[in-house]
Amino acid sequence: MKHTLVALVEDKPGVLNRVASLFRRRAFNIESLTVGRTHEPAVSRMTILVDTEQTAPNLVEANLMKLINVVDVQDVTALPTVMRDLALIKVKANTSQLAEINQLAEIFRGKIVDVASDSVIIEITGDEDKISGLLDLLRPRGILEMVRTGQVAMVRGSTHQDGNGHN
Amino acid sequence: MAVKTGAQIIWESLVKEGVEVVFGYPGGTILPTYDAMLDYPSIHHVLARHEQGATHAADGYARASGKVGVAIATSGPGATNMVTGIATAQLDSSPIVCITGQVGTTVIGSDAFQEVDITGVTLPITKHNYMVTRVQDLAGTIREAFHVAREGRPGPVLVDVPKDVQNSKCEFVYPDTPILYPRRRAPAQTPSEQLARAAEMISKAERPVILAGHGVLISGAMQKLIEFADKTQIPVALTLLGLGVFPRQHPLCLGMMGMHGEAYANRAVQSADLLIAVGMRFDDRVTGNLKTYAKHAKKIHIEIDPSEIAKNVRVDLPILGDAYGVLDQLLPLVTSAPREAWHAQIHEWQMETGARDVLRKEEGDGLIPAQVIHSLWQVTEGNAIVVSDVGQNQMWEAQYYRHDIPRGLITSGGLGTMGFALPAAIGAKFARRDAEVWVVAGDGGFQMTQAELATLQQERLKLNIAIINNGFLGMVRQWQEFFYGRRYAATPILSPDFVKLADAHGIAARRVTRREDVVPAIEAARQSAETMLIDFRVEQEDAVYPMVPAGADLHDMIRRPVEPAK
Repeated sequence: MKHTLVALVEDKPGVLNRVASLFRRRAFNIESLTVGRTHEPAVSRMTILVDTEQTAPNLVEANLMKLINVVDVQDVTALPTVMRDLALIKVKANTSQLAEINQLAEIFRGKIVDVASDSVIIEITGDEDKISGLLDLLRPRGILEMVRTGQVAMVRGSTHQDGNGHN
Repeated sequence: MAVKTGAQIIWESLVKEGVEVVFGYPGGTILPTYDAMLDYPSIHHVLARHEQGATHAADGYARASGKVGVAIATSGPGATNMVTGIATAQLDSSPIVCITGQVGTTVIGSDAFQEVDITGVTLPITKHNYMVTRVQDLAGTIREAFHVAREGRPGPVLVDVPKDVQNSKCEFVYPDTPILYPRRRAPAQTPSEQLARAAEMISKAERPVILAGHGVLISGAMQKLIEFADKTQIPVALTLLGLGVFPRQHPLCLGMMGMHGEAYANRAVQSADLLIAVGMRFDDRVTGNLKTYAKHAKKIHIEIDPSEIAKNVRVDLPILGDAYGVLDQLLPLVTSAPREAWHAQIHEWQMETGARDVLRKEEGDGLIPAQVIHSLWQVTEGNAIVVSDVGQNQMWEAQYYRHDIPRGLITSGGLGTMGFALPAAIGAKFARRDAEVWVVAGDGGFQMTQAELATLQQERLKLNIAIINNGFLGMVRQWQEFFYGRRYAATPILSPDFVKLADAHGIAARRVTRREDVVPAIEAARQSAETMLIDFRVEQEDAVYPMVPAGADLHDMIRRPVEPAK
């Protein structure tokens, strides 16, 4: 089981280091961690996937809140949430296979973003299952390279998390 | 408009914080700050002999006063020497602010002379730390550092200040409030349902025990705890750092629990049907084997730090909040109960323990450490501030000095830092000039920081020093005796002649080898206007009993063998 935590942190030097150091020294098992900017210049947002087999998510949340630079943490696992992950996948392909691969990508709402003589790069955005589904189909063709951003999450509806003490 | 240098701003800020004493050691990158210090005579600077000593002294000051202690050091080795002191403060939630010099901002990252990434090094052992790269941020950062150090669960904060920032100038404005980023969560208000449920659990319990720790002291909940125990007639077991938060002489006091706790206190915990933990964190030294820990007990955990809830022990009812606030709200809700059967049971266990007490041992020529501590307690009437070191001396102190007053014991609990006692006692004495301060240390730990004897002499400070000298690193030797077939690897330790060592510092000293000389020596030290050191040559291979082996069940104690009555 995985839990998704969304943390708002001050955009200051070393904050990612503090979070990573916390996970390491408390031996927390983290599946993925993404960090990026928000609509507020002073605030960054982290999406953290916790492997609950080995790590209690409430302890992760409580320990994150002890970091002075962490403004807010919310466990969004039980909430209706949009989860997205972006992957770039470079697959072996000659020109004769292009149409077929394009078709495959479109089924998953992915698209070809680069074409070379013997390979293509597919960009796909979605939740974890969707990306895994496409990967399963591409694997027999030979995946040369892949990069994924890790999951980002946002709760649906009118509630919002921001850095001004509102939720 | 008051334009000041960064160095001046540091002192101006410390003055604003009401700092009266700082412990430090100068060096290249902190020189501008030391230069400015001469213009701030209201703050007394104590020159330690090692930055670890300065940090422990700040810690000792904090623990004796309840205020924030301050230590200052230069960059590089000065800063890294603070690391042990900072970790000690972190593990025991002690509020200190460490100010370190740093190489100039233009050369940071170039491995400049005496450069070390001290904010990186101390990141996992501070509550928070800062590197100030603009003089305009300095005052606000120090304001925030003091706030962070003392708020909620206290802890050490480090502020690293590059040399050019100390030399730069700006207008000095000390903010009234710390400019912390707004946090979403307001301090937790304890929901009334939780309090009602706690009261119900307490009224239903037949064999309840209160476990009180350092958090009671930090929140100033000592009187509330006494009222609470009196009203509910629930016995109180204490953690090491909790000693003194509930008077030892109180009929409901069970003394210390845990690895070297009272056997009857551990039995009470293991037999309890309800544990009410207040400001303690179920440390492994307190619980023993978690699988068998207080199996029949429901657990209420009153705790200010949410990350301590269910960290080690599953609790039935966590109550987040300050110990004082929660006890204050809970007190009117709980019912009185006589609990006679439970008290009788504990009393029976107490009798059994008493029969094994080393104090009953016949008079002999040799010194028994427990008897030395017992005499110290008797002569000082339990009113001294005792700063103990780590190891057997610390456990004998905890068992035989019966602390009735809060802040009467200062010791390194969580980190177990040998060498803590002497420098921490220096800090404690600055916090409580009126108090009688005793150092209790082993011959091993004392040697780790004995250079601070020179510090206390330079300050003309009056301390009393008791070295419990058994020629061994005693606690490790005890483990070797019990668990390693008496193979005493590296535990026999040769010490200098402590009397001559004291003499070399101009400190009066005497050696005590016979039991009849113990009390006169303690009295002589008390009566002297200057520091006196007593080298108590105690039995070499005495052990601390009872002992719960690490990881064993709390009721599985190694007991002192009962000597046949003569």
